[in-house]
Amino acid sequence: MPPESAIIQIEGVQKRYVLGGEADVFALRGVNLQVNRGSYLAIMGPSGSGKSTMLNILGCLDRPTAGHYWLGGEDVSRMPDDQLSEARGLKIGFIFQSYNLIAQLTVLENIQVPLLYQGKDLRAYHDHCVELANLVGLGSRLSHRPNQLSGGQQQRVAVARSLVNDPLMILADEPTGNLDSRTGLEVLEMIDRLNAGGKTIVLVTHDERVAARAHRVIHMKDGVIDREIINRPPPR
Amino acid sequence: MTRSFQFSSTVRLGIKSLMLHKLRSALTMLGIIFGVCSVIAMLAIGEGASYEAQEAIKRLGSNNILIRSLKPPEQARQQGGNNNRGMNLKYGITYEDGSRLQATIPGVTRVVPMRIIRENVRFNRNEVPCQVIGTLPCYSDVGGAALVRGRFICDLDELHQDNICVITTGLAGRLFPGADPLLHSIKIAAFYYRVVGIVQERSQPEQRAQAGRMEGQPIDNNVYIPLATSRTRFGEVLFRRSAGSFEAEEVQLHQVTVQMRDLTAVESADPQIRTLLNHFHDQNDYEVIVPLQLLRQAEQTKRIFNIVLGSIAAISLLVGGIGIMNIMLATVTERTREIGVRRALGAKRRDITRQFLVETVVLSVGGGLIGVLVGIATPILVSHLTDMKTIITVSSVLLAFGISGAVGIVFGLYPARAAARLDPIDALRHE
Repeated sequence: MPPESAIIQIEGVQKRYVLGGEADVFALRGVNLQVNRGSYLAIMGPSGSGKSTMLNILGCLDRPTAGHYWLGGEDVSRMPDDQLSEARGLKIGFIFQSYNLIAQLTVLENIQVPLLYQGKDLRAYHDHCVELANLVGLGSRLSHRPNQLSGGQQQRVAVARSLVNDPLMILADEPTGNLDSRTGLEVLEMIDRLNAGGKTIVLVTHDERVAARAHRVIHMKDGVIDREIINRPPPR
Repeated sequence: MTRSFQFSSTVRLGIKSLMLHKLRSALTMLGIIFGVCSVIAMLAIGEGASYEAQEAIKRLGSNNILIRSLKPPEQARQQGGNNNRGMNLKYGITYEDGSRLQATIPGVTRVVPMRIIRENVRFNRNEVPCQVIGTLPCYSDVGGAALVRGRFICDLDELHQDNICVITTGLAGRLFPGADPLLHSIKIAAFYYRVVGIVQERSQPEQRAQAGRMEGQPIDNNVYIPLATSRTRFGEVLFRRSAGSFEAEEVQLHQVTVQMRDLTAVESADPQIRTLLNHFHDQNDYEVIVPLQLLRQAEQTKRIFNIVLGSIAAISLLVGGIGIMNIMLATVTERTREIGVRRALGAKRRDITRQFLVETVVLSVGGGLIGVLVGIATPILVSHLTDMKTIITVSSVLLAFGISGAVGIVFGLYPARAAARLDPIDALRHE
């Protein structure tokens, strides 16, 4: 069992893909990882290193073939599909490289989407959502459609959306990959502020400068954690 | 409350997604619109047509059996001699037949004979061609005519062979514009007849066409006189002059209406009457019409008609449904990424299924609603333009609407399930 302070506790996680006829492919070969509350972790690694698989398992989009994954003290590694969906909705806030806003919805409605799947009354949370939009500086664009926003603005909507269920952690997959360096910096600063406010952040990136903002960077290689760098001590 | 709120927001979301592709959604709906519209319109027109036919038959009285004299076919007549011109052609039901029917067939309550002679009727300078019907007082009891003013023929008239007559309202209007018919007499052929009553025919003139073979049954230009009067004044041999030739016919009775005690008596009496008449007629110079049977046939025809129309409409709805399914499958592929995002944000498989199912049902029910409106408007328009009677039944509207909803669910289920089965990781990666 993981200690109280660990948001993420991974033990001996393997992921094996069965390919017809040929030998099975191991994407993860036994990974151990602990992420504590309030910490900021960056995951790096070349393509094929198992980084994406790691992200899928951390995000509860996929289940490990072997090993255990406790998310907020709950073992999600063997959960059935519906419970995994619920875990994703409640415990994880996703930020994607390509924003992934829903085109037919307004800014406000996009922020509300995760609430919808928790069966919550949107009217009761209306003020909360407006507050989040204000937090990311889009309070004046609540009824805009994603295609009326710039890339940076869209990503800020995604940040607001990731926060709406007050998740245990924010899982960001290359959040600045599609942005120019200035707007990218704005989004990163926003993530810094969230972390400073106590949110646990897990960020996947190629970019050394992005990773440098984290407390701790792990480098993946051939399905295992190759090395780990502590940039600065996590908050106590 | 939360659940219903969630449902209404799912519906709103569905409408929003459909509005993204307005033309596509409209075209998809069109299939359902036509389907629902055709179900309602076809059933309304069919119902109207059969209603008219049934009404015409009912007017003959379902407790009645009609026997009508028929001119035998040409060939049969020529067996008697090479040339019939100027000869006395004798056919039809006789007075004796009438009394035999009354005496032998069980369950007969009345036998009402009718002699129908076409003659011009005159009053002052007005002349109107009409049917002079010689009949008995009980004619009004078998459902022929309803008295408006004065009286109908009575037994004394029959006994005395009085020159009195009862005319229909239509004829009264034409013969006596501005005068009271009950104070006057009319002239038929060489004799004058005192008008003693005015009756209203049960059948309306415009329904004559629908009734088809029922011609000879009273129309609006009728004069009723006592049967005995008809026999003495017109004689048994009727002459008909036409260009260059004349025909003489001896027809005793043109029609006999046999009123039976009840419906079961009608059923059993039909073959008995045929057997009886067949025995005394060596040529086929009469026909037996059983309105009850005609009614049953009309109902049977209507049922078949409805099945045929229903299947045509069902096929069009099916085609509409396939159209919806096709579009929804395309939509699922197009929105794979969105499905992945929703799954990542906490949507369960059944949430995705519901979302797409709701979209399909919104399409089909929306189409259904428009279809109902168009379907109700079409028969109304048709009856306005063509005089055709149409009846929109509530059940046809419910049926059509229900089918459209069911089509939405049935044809939406597969695309919705396909959407829900997508792996969230693959869906997210989908370009």
